Amino acid sequence: MLEIRNLKATVEKKSILNGLNLHIKPGEVHALMGPNGSGKSTLSNILSGKKGYETSGDVFYENKNLFDLEIEERAHKGLFLAFQYPLEIPGVNNNNFLKTSLNAIRKARGEKELDAIEFLKIIKQKAKDLKFEEKNLNRQLNVGFSGGEKKKNEILQMSILQPKLSILDETDSGLDIDALKIVSDGVNSLRDESKSFLIITHYQRLLNYIKPDFVHVLKNGRIIKSGNSDLAVELENKGYEGIN
Amino acid sequence: MREKEIDKLKEYKYGFTTDIENVKSPKGLSVDTIKYISKAKNEPEWMLEWRLKAYERLKQIKEPNWQKPKYPKINYQDLYYYSAPKSSQSKPKNLEDLDPKILDTYKKLGIPLDEQKRLNGIAVDAVFDSVSVATTFKDKLNEAGVIFCSISEAIQKHPELVRKYIGSVIPITDHYFATLNSAVFTDGSFVYVPEGVKCPMELSTYFRINASQTGQFERTLIIADKNSYVSYLEGCTAPMRDENQLHAANVELVALEGAEIKYSTVQNWYPGDENGKGGIYNFVTKRGLCKGDHSKISWTQVETGSAITWKYPSCILKGDNSVGEFYSIAITNNHQKADTGTKMIHIGKNTKSKIISKGISAGFADNTYRGLVDIFPKAKNAQNFTQCDSLLMGNKCGAHTIPYIKNRNSDSNIAHEATTSKISEDQLFYCQQRGLNSEEAVSLIVNGFCKEVLQQLPMEFAVEAQKLVGISLEGSVG
Repeated sequence: MLEIRNLKATVEKKSILNGLNLHIKPGEVHALMGPNGSGKSTLSNILSGKKGYETSGDVFYENKNLFDLEIEERAHKGLFLAFQYPLEIPGVNNNNFLKTSLNAIRKARGEKELDAIEFLKIIKQKAKDLKFEEKNLNRQLNVGFSGGEKKKNEILQMSILQPKLSILDETDSGLDIDALKIVSDGVNSLRDESKSFLIITHYQRLLNYIKPDFVHVLKNGRIIKSGNSDLAVELENKGYEGIN
Repeated sequence: MREKEIDKLKEYKYGFTTDIENVKSPKGLSVDTIKYISKAKNEPEWMLEWRLKAYERLKQIKEPNWQKPKYPKINYQDLYYYSAPKSSQSKPKNLEDLDPKILDTYKKLGIPLDEQKRLNGIAVDAVFDSVSVATTFKDKLNEAGVIFCSISEAIQKHPELVRKYIGSVIPITDHYFATLNSAVFTDGSFVYVPEGVKCPMELSTYFRINASQTGQFERTLIIADKNSYVSYLEGCTAPMRDENQLHAANVELVALEGAEIKYSTVQNWYPGDENGKGGIYNFVTKRGLCKGDHSKISWTQVETGSAITWKYPSCILKGDNSVGEFYSIAITNNHQKADTGTKMIHIGKNTKSKIISKGISAGFADNTYRGLVDIFPKAKNAQNFTQCDSLLMGNKCGAHTIPYIKNRNSDSNIAHEATTSKISEDQLFYCQQRGLNSEEAVSLIVNGFCKEVLQQLPMEFAVEAQKLVGISLEGSVG
């Protein structure tokens, strides 16, 4: 699904990623943990195509060079980023944004675009599954949403778009325990043998709800240790300083 | 491939010309030209006298030059003031008599004049250069007692109404371009809605400039009698030409007691090329008079075209409890310039006005909101709410907000809010990550920004306008 080889990245001459290697196969859930400034968000930005980084190394997505694809083309091919700080877009209806997004992706894939009624049926069901308040569907996109509502909105988008590779960038930060459960349920309900996840987080807490297949520790722009979910527990006990 | 598609979209799709034989007045501005126009329209003597009076006045006044966008001096002697398709010399009685080339032109513009194919519930008056070439759904409107025809026809058939109201809102002495229009206006629409009648359909005029070196000076007069209602929409396009063409229209609205007029404009005149060559000078005077108590006039404008847009659709709130509204979207891209806004003149008691202006600038464009709220001493309890928002794209464009407030009454309540924002890279990135390309992302964000105004448009046109908002900004993000 995703293969990262010796990825280096600098921004304004400051090097952030220093030779990162990561291989995610279909159906796998990988957790990437690391302290502040270790390069976690840089990685999610680069994978989703945000401008402003100088990179070297290779990233293959479904065996194709990811860097050849525009931001939206990556989205069309099933790469999804749940933003750490979801953006507010005034005047744009939440429902309408999601419909526009879904139809843009369907169109790019040569699938039939959904009309308003077909879409409404889907979104209402998903919102119910995720305990997402229906009134928030008709609000302006993320405008005036609480931190937790914004994150839940990201998960709602994810479950509608059904991505092949979902990258969750600190989606758990700032969530209370109920919201954390909802976010986790959203991820877990999507899990199957074809879909992969890269979950970026500070805390082991989330991993009590989403059991990862692999845990990686990112420090100073490279993965310094990989293991199974036990590694997350070890991290929680020893802290990042204790891992070598 | 994608670039090609974008290039195609960027093109002004209404830029074609129609090859048709014209009848033109002699070049230049003179008594002879005015007599020529009046004669060509078979006007009564009083109309010609009125025009000549305006012309006398014009000779004594100068063009204003306080506006922000400057333009090279216009040589008024080098313009044609009247151009009509030859075939319309004897006005066609029905569509079959109309020159097929003109029919075809409107079809290309997406305005089929054939009533069967026309969107239900919208009557259209089509103005081609200086003359009205067709008005649809006349019979249906007649049943309701609504008069909807070209102003030339109204001058002949309803002289008492025209004579009473023409120049009553925009006097012939008003200002240079309004006075010029009064002297040489050629055609435009006329609407009269009788007392107590709710006009059964949307009325719409479609203006098309075709001939070169020709100014378009149309005149529209709408009268809503007591307790009546009418919704009217105008649309405009012009071919792509290297020269600048002048469009100086006058629009007068009169709302009597309890009447309501909703006037919407989707202006998409040729804006010039990406280097700022060519394009229309859109210098228009639009003014509505809330003459009776409890009357209401609402202006909605979506201004995306023209090299320079310079206009202030205004409301004179004379009747007690009358209401004026102004909803505006002005989009300027490349080298386009706009200086637009409104005037709300509160004269009567308990008068209310609301101004919502959304200015969007991209490329090298410059966009000014200029507005006046004027509250007279007797306008007890007058209320105004103004909101001016500007959105900038890139760092080479400009946005300015110039509100003038004259308050001469201590009972009044005036509120003004203004914001300036930029489309952020992060917002674009967010939309693109959700599968929208950069053009779609811009269109979505800008449409959100304009939402309050777009909602005011009649439903049939809202969708068109939304698309237009997107298209006008094509190529504005790199």
